[in-house]
Amino acid sequence: METILKLNQLTKKFGKLTAVNQLSFEIEKGNVYGILGPNGSGKSTTLGIILNVVNKTSGEFEWFGGQVETHEALKKVGAIIENPNFYPNMSAEDNLKLVCKIKGVDYSKIDEKLEIVDLLDRKENTFKSYSLGMKQRLAIASALLNDPEILILDEPTNGLDPQGIHQIREIIRKIAADGMTILLASHLLDEVEKVCSHVVIIRNGVKLYAGSVDQMNATHGFVEIASKNLEELDSALGQLDFIEKVVKVDEHHRLKAFLSLPIEASELNKTLASQGIYVNLLIKRKETLEEQFLELTKA
Amino acid sequence: MKRLFLIEFHKLKHNKSAKILSILYFVLFSAIALFASIRFNFGAIDFRFADQGIFNFPYIWHFNTYVVAFLKIFLAIVIVSMMSSEYTNRTLKQNLIDGLSKKEFILSKFLNVLFYAVASTVLVFVVSLILGLIFSDFDEASIIFSDLEYVFAYFVKLLGFFSLCMFLGIFVKRSAFALGFLFLIWVIEGIVYLVITFQVEILKPLIQFMPLTSMSNLIKEPVTRLNIVKSTAQSVNPEFVKNYDVSLLSVVIVLAWTFIFVYGSFLILKKRDL
Repeated sequence: METILKLNQLTKKFGKLTAVNQLSFEIEKGNVYGILGPNGSGKSTTLGIILNVVNKTSGEFEWFGGQVETHEALKKVGAIIENPNFYPNMSAEDNLKLVCKIKGVDYSKIDEKLEIVDLLDRKENTFKSYSLGMKQRLAIASALLNDPEILILDEPTNGLDPQGIHQIREIIRKIAADGMTILLASHLLDEVEKVCSHVVIIRNGVKLYAGSVDQMNATHGFVEIASKNLEELDSALGQLDFIEKVVKVDEHHRLKAFLSLPIEASELNKTLASQGIYVNLLIKRKETLEEQFLELTKA
Repeated sequence: MKRLFLIEFHKLKHNKSAKILSILYFVLFSAIALFASIRFNFGAIDFRFADQGIFNFPYIWHFNTYVVAFLKIFLAIVIVSMMSSEYTNRTLKQNLIDGLSKKEFILSKFLNVLFYAVASTVLVFVVSLILGLIFSDFDEASIIFSDLEYVFAYFVKLLGFFSLCMFLGIFVKRSAFALGFLFLIWVIEGIVYLVITFQVEILKPLIQFMPLTSMSNLIKEPVTRLNIVKSTAQSVNPEFVKNYDVSLLSVVIVLAWTFIFVYGSFLILKKRDL
């Protein structure tokens, strides 16, 4: 598989603070990556380094196998970080023309990309007259201008209203479905969970996990279970060999039993029924990305 | 190179305040020339600047380049604000993300500086040539095209000054502060000049190495060279002799500063996290 970006022991120090600490991971073509971490965990700094705006302290990173210089490589990358940054008095179209000039792209792409983000009829208006949602959509159009090998999005829905968030999310989903490699930094975990195949989790600049979303879920999930007599159920579950541990949740109205084997809910139900225990609630599920994330990043 | 210039020109073309100030600059530029050719008629006094010999070739090269140089402050404002607005709008960051290198960014800004310096120089040449052809008492080609080193000195002067503005814009990041800084340098140089002249004469040769002083040394004041003024000066002080030539040393000093400012801008940008 083709490697687009490779980070090796990347470190950034701001005075005494180590914002990024020996971070290593790889981005491969065709995957959609989520980069997760609490505020101040070093996500934006990491993106800043690979995008040539922040100087690294040590370590390396290489684009496309390290054959080209960073600024040349960036012409094949589309990126928006934090706020959309454009020239306020220029129209959307003129702003995109400038990006075309920098990236060496033909002007003919402009209308095509404005169409994708639904701004074609507003292209004559100046950037400063745009709402935040429109600005963010323009930023996406700008990032797509060169039909990039990889699209990097840092908090693309930050500060948007529900409609704006929905529009951006739809655009991202559409782009991801077309097979583009995406690196998405976001707080909104359900967003990441829906589109990303891989995640990188960092906290205080240190990598906690990098790999596929599925593998992150190495456990076999858990069941939420309840019956009339919770005590009886608790002891019955404790004796089953495929139950790892049982905890009481929901103000002791139900139990949460972690599985150590891939057991179907029906199987568990049958076993319990054979012991004369009838449940009135049985849900088998895996931890959501949010639960795993909170678990992983717990200080 | 052409790509960088086109990028910069695109920014310039769509920047309203830069456009207005640039136009104002070039209009004022021409207006000064026109003003000098107006005939003042106050009853008994019939006076015209143009008749005082200021538009005689080759003196006109010296006079015009000296007089219009103060207008450079207009373009200084344009340059400083174009540099600092790249910071405040965070477009510098976006430019880099889009694939411009820091070196290319500085180079494109320097091309802008160069463009302004060349355009001003061409304009001063053309305007002076026209005025001279109208008012000059001499019109032989050999006289017309003598003393052109003042036009060259004017170019060097603007190049150095605009490079300083570019440096301050990058260094200070806020246009108002950058212009304040420019003023501060001017005041400091003035103080240093006074201190050295009256207190530590031994350091006097160093004065000419200060940036703004070196730029103003390029073209010396032309007024005392004017016939009527000169004769008055000589009657007061018979020893009065002054060298008005453009000295090679001052050209070298200003070009060295230009290099320092441009390279310094690059080093600052390279070191900075945006």
